[in-house]
Amino acid sequence: MVSVKRLFIALVTGLCVNAQATELSITLEIPSMNVAEYHNPYVAVWIMHSASREITNGTVWYQIDENAEGEKWLKDMRLWWRRTGRSLDVPIDGVTAATHKPGTYNIDLNHITGELKPGPNQLYIEAAREVGGRELLSVEFDWPVQQAQSLTVQGETELGDIVVTLQP
Amino acid sequence: MKFKKTAALLLALSTSMAAEAHRYWVLPAATILSGDDPWVTVDAAVSNDIFYFNHFPLRANFLSVVRPDGTGGEMHNVAEGKHRTTFDLNLKQEGTYKVLMNTSGLRASWETEQGDRKFWPGRGEKPKPGDFEKKVPKQAKNLKVGYSSTKLEAFITAGAPTDTVLTLNNQGLEMKLSTHPNDLVDSEPVTLQFFMDGAPVAGASVVIIPDGMRYRDSQQALELATNADGKVKVDWPHAGRYWLEAEYEDSKAKPPATTRSGKYIATLEVLPL
Repeated sequence: MVSVKRLFIALVTGLCVNAQATELSITLEIPSMNVAEYHNPYVAVWIMHSASREITNGTVWYQIDENAEGEKWLKDMRLWWRRTGRSLDVPIDGVTAATHKPGTYNIDLNHITGELKPGPNQLYIEAAREVGGRELLSVEFDWPVQQAQSLTVQGETELGDIVVTLQP
Repeated sequence: MKFKKTAALLLALSTSMAAEAHRYWVLPAATILSGDDPWVTVDAAVSNDIFYFNHFPLRANFLSVVRPDGTGGEMHNVAEGKHRTTFDLNLKQEGTYKVLMNTSGLRASWETEQGDRKFWPGRGEKPKPGDFEKKVPKQAKNLKVGYSSTKLEAFITAGAPTDTVLTLNNQGLEMKLSTHPNDLVDSEPVTLQFFMDGAPVAGASVVIIPDGMRYRDSQQALELATNADGKVKVDWPHAGRYWLEAEYEDSKAKPPATTRSGKYIATLEVLPL
């Protein structure tokens, strides 16, 4: 009797582990710049379902301050602004955060996998920097994930190496 | 000096009768804004060079502001310079604002016994009710009476775009876009539909001129005419700001006018996708 119960628990646990293993994360590089005036870039990571064009916001980094002055430049991530940003009320828990200095960051997107719809999806990474430029990158992936894969895309100006990691 | 400016503006405003007219325009510093409490500066001028202030200011008292909820908005820090008017808008409401100029009225021209051409309203004259009856000789030679209207619009959006200010009021020449005017991108063609007194009109002429005239040798005007549904399709040559002017005239006028004419002007900003 005891052993059966244990087996049952083990099975349930195994299922849970399996469910949690579905993973979506992105490694994002903000390149260092040798410039006289540098401001951290605004960065938005969002996913658009190709068929329905529904959008799920992953991460938005912008200047968060007392007077909401930093919101003035959100529109500079212009595709993000047009597709979703302008309809949002920032800050958003779990999505918005302060800007980051140059470096490589691992961003866990597991908090939004529950919202993704099946089929082809487009993951967008958009960066805009004051006194700098704007860059948009995108990576296509199928959801749900069938096999582990990592997709890479290389930025040229405002973004560096991007690696999207998908685990079934 | 002040009088001369006003006179010239009023003369130019009494458009359709005159052979040549100046270009009117309103140029917002930005048409898409984000943030909690955005401000935007708007310039308004009359000049043939798009978009260079080099002729007359378009005076603030010809302009009004409509807020996203349809109510009137305030023009802050209004200043009139030699070549332009400038003012600020505080976009406290989320949605689409409109800067508007809307004029209309009867115009008349005739010839005297001596063969001199006369116009009413005259240079610098602001017509008062009853003036038409008093000042236009009804038996004059070659008397032409028309009803003309001019509408100018520029759109500015804070946050997500809204449609309240886009509603046609079915008077004069008006434009409806297949895409929200603050949602235009260079890779997406747009269909514009023109209405005269609320009905689509064929054969309206539409001229669209890109910003930056000083840096090229020609006007680079897109010259289009509306089809049977009152529509034209526009493929934007590139991202940037554009000045649009449409004109229409026919004889479906209410007496005493024998012609009705409409002019519609807009400033449109097209972004790269």
